[in-house]
Amino acid sequence: MRIEILRGRVVDPVARTDRVEPVYVADGSIVAVGAAPAGFRAERTIEASGLVVAPGLIDLNARLREPGLEHKATLDSELKAAIAGGVTRLACPPDTDPPLDEPGLVEMLTRRARHANRAHVHPVGALTLGLQGTTLTEMGELADAGCVAYSQGDAPLPDAQVMLRAMQYAATFRHRVWLRPQDPSLARGGVAHEGEMSTRLGLPAVPSCAESVALATILALARETGVRVHLQRLSTAEGVAMVRDAKRAGLAVTCEVAAHHLHLCDVDIGWFDAQARFDPPLRGTRDRAALRAGLADGTIDVVSSDHAPVDDDAKLVPFGEAEPGATGLELLLSLTLKWAAEEHVSLPDAIARVTSAPAAILGVAAGRIAVGAVADLCVFDPASHWRVERNALASQGKNTPFLGLELPGRVRWTLVGGQVVHEA
Amino acid sequence: MNAGRNPQLGPDGRLVHLLTLEGLPAATILSILDAAEPFASFGEREVKKVPLLRGKAVFNLFFENSTRTRTTFEIAAKRLSADVINLNIGASSTSKGETLLDTIDNLVAMNADMFVVRHSQSGAPHLIASHLLATGRSHVHVVNAGDGRHAHPTQGLLDLYTIRHYKRDFRALSVAVVGDVLHSRVARSLIHGLATLGTPDVRVIGPRTLIPARVEGMGVRVFHDMRAGLADCDVIVMLRLQNERMKGALLPSAGEYFKHYGLTDGKLALAKSDAIVMHPGPMNRGIEIDSPVADGERSVILPQVTFGIAVRMAVMSMVAGN
Repeated sequence: MRIEILRGRVVDPVARTDRVEPVYVADGSIVAVGAAPAGFRAERTIEASGLVVAPGLIDLNARLREPGLEHKATLDSELKAAIAGGVTRLACPPDTDPPLDEPGLVEMLTRRARHANRAHVHPVGALTLGLQGTTLTEMGELADAGCVAYSQGDAPLPDAQVMLRAMQYAATFRHRVWLRPQDPSLARGGVAHEGEMSTRLGLPAVPSCAESVALATILALARETGVRVHLQRLSTAEGVAMVRDAKRAGLAVTCEVAAHHLHLCDVDIGWFDAQARFDPPLRGTRDRAALRAGLADGTIDVVSSDHAPVDDDAKLVPFGEAEPGATGLELLLSLTLKWAAEEHVSLPDAIARVTSAPAAILGVAAGRIAVGAVADLCVFDPASHWRVERNALASQGKNTPFLGLELPGRVRWTLVGGQVVHEA
Repeated sequence: MNAGRNPQLGPDGRLVHLLTLEGLPAATILSILDAAEPFASFGEREVKKVPLLRGKAVFNLFFENSTRTRTTFEIAAKRLSADVINLNIGASSTSKGETLLDTIDNLVAMNADMFVVRHSQSGAPHLIASHLLATGRSHVHVVNAGDGRHAHPTQGLLDLYTIRHYKRDFRALSVAVVGDVLHSRVARSLIHGLATLGTPDVRVIGPRTLIPARVEGMGVRVFHDMRAGLADCDVIVMLRLQNERMKGALLPSAGEYFKHYGLTDGKLALAKSDAIVMHPGPMNRGIEIDSPVADGERSVILPQVTFGIAVRMAVMSMVAGN
């Protein structure tokens, strides 16, 4: 299919350019930007006047709930949600049932994802068997099956010796390790950020030091082993400062923040709103400010959706019993744009946080608009607002604390591999 | 669904449910205390009943065991001529496989008029009230009988009632709350109530392991030295220390706790000479309070129990009275 996208504001996060020019797509790739190739005859024209033409979004943390958790969501429903949100490529954590700890499961998942023919799916394999934190998985076999990195999902890795060994082994073969810094013993039993709000509501708390203690261990072991570590879902001001120092000292570490942590804090729990239950919890206003600044100054490389579709029943329980997480694939673009507008970050810089930066961490050639690049594109209206409502979400999970809010940025077309897979 | 507004006040500001003392206007709190006054001497009457809740079905819904609180609610409801149904559902809403809200829907279908709810999870009564509001059944009322560490508003009210009974003016008092503030819904409710009624000096006293983070944000001063904390105060509220917390990572032993934070005659002498001693019960003698103090002339622990029934009658008749 030959497609021309005309009069759009083309934003390339790699060249950091932002100008109105046409884009020409053929055979799954971008064949020209600016002037049409000689003899190019479009089969389809997308009129993008007033719209932004950006690379498709890349989300490093989106749960698809398959296999095993289909009552929460399915590959089909969540890949529809992805393209509705302009996400053309995503990494899914291994916390399925069973976890992604053996090649057969990973092959099945990638095959089914390919068959769905929507967003590209990159499974993150389990670092340890069954995410039990004791025995390493066959990372080599899992890599051959398509895994791009290894993580514990949300399961703890309480044994620092196992962490050290896992990093040494992964470093041997240049595998990537993705970890969420949270000390399981310090976080034990906690359901909200330790502070004035948890004290007022009488909610068992997760102190900020649960993150900094874990982070200190991870950074020390990463330094020791030289493994490529990516830190997932940083939540505290202390954590941001530690990562900033580590990067300054030359450690090859990358880091992400979940989109909801850029906008919400513990006060948003209100009167025990289970939609505001997250792990790590929504932190204080000081933490939120540090995360926003850290994302702006490059300490934090990436915004992820931390997409976690949860069935209604799992949220219609007292706050402390509610399952953490929110649906997020369809909010990633809007929440990133909102942050950028509020922090006066340029559009190319903002788009980079959800395209070229995650592409670099995944190690894939994607996340840019240039001749020869794969035609995974997101065409969106930056001026249009939409209201987050249950029936506006394609995801099977309708759980989000942003329900009822108006957010900027409406996705109009999503292209994957040069095909229009979503239009609205 | 239950984030924005506290569902306990109706659009007209009337008390629909009693979930917490936080955010209740002073006038509402005082009107409850006033309404309790005539009930306080009620127990001495020959006929201990009024028809304020006649024909109403009150369900005591205890997801966490409590004999004492349940009994006082039962007595209060019966004195108001309500039909009382006691349900002890055990430790957790999920243990029977039925969700909390399914349980509620079933009992509403049995024409319940009021739920008196105790639950181990903070916020459970809010969830129930929000659910009733969202499903258009605001004629069914919820009274929080203690949720997790969050609130125990009728205990807070009976504590306020007791303080007013002995001390009259909240705006000239120093009140010390001593012990396990971290886990205490009693402390939280009392602190909110005292703040709303203008008490200028509220202190919490305990070791760092039992004082919650940033509790100063609730308008209290923190003391770790009990002697300094008790100096010149008018009211001392001793909190119960749960057995399972006496020996472990929070405290080394009951004996050492008593040494630092047990109320003895010697420590009581540091307070004002007319200071009163309160305790929500059940007491651990020799752990948080010495027997001579508990049984002494400044102890108002037993009057608290009597006032508790009056306050619960006032609350129930206000939210659901004919």
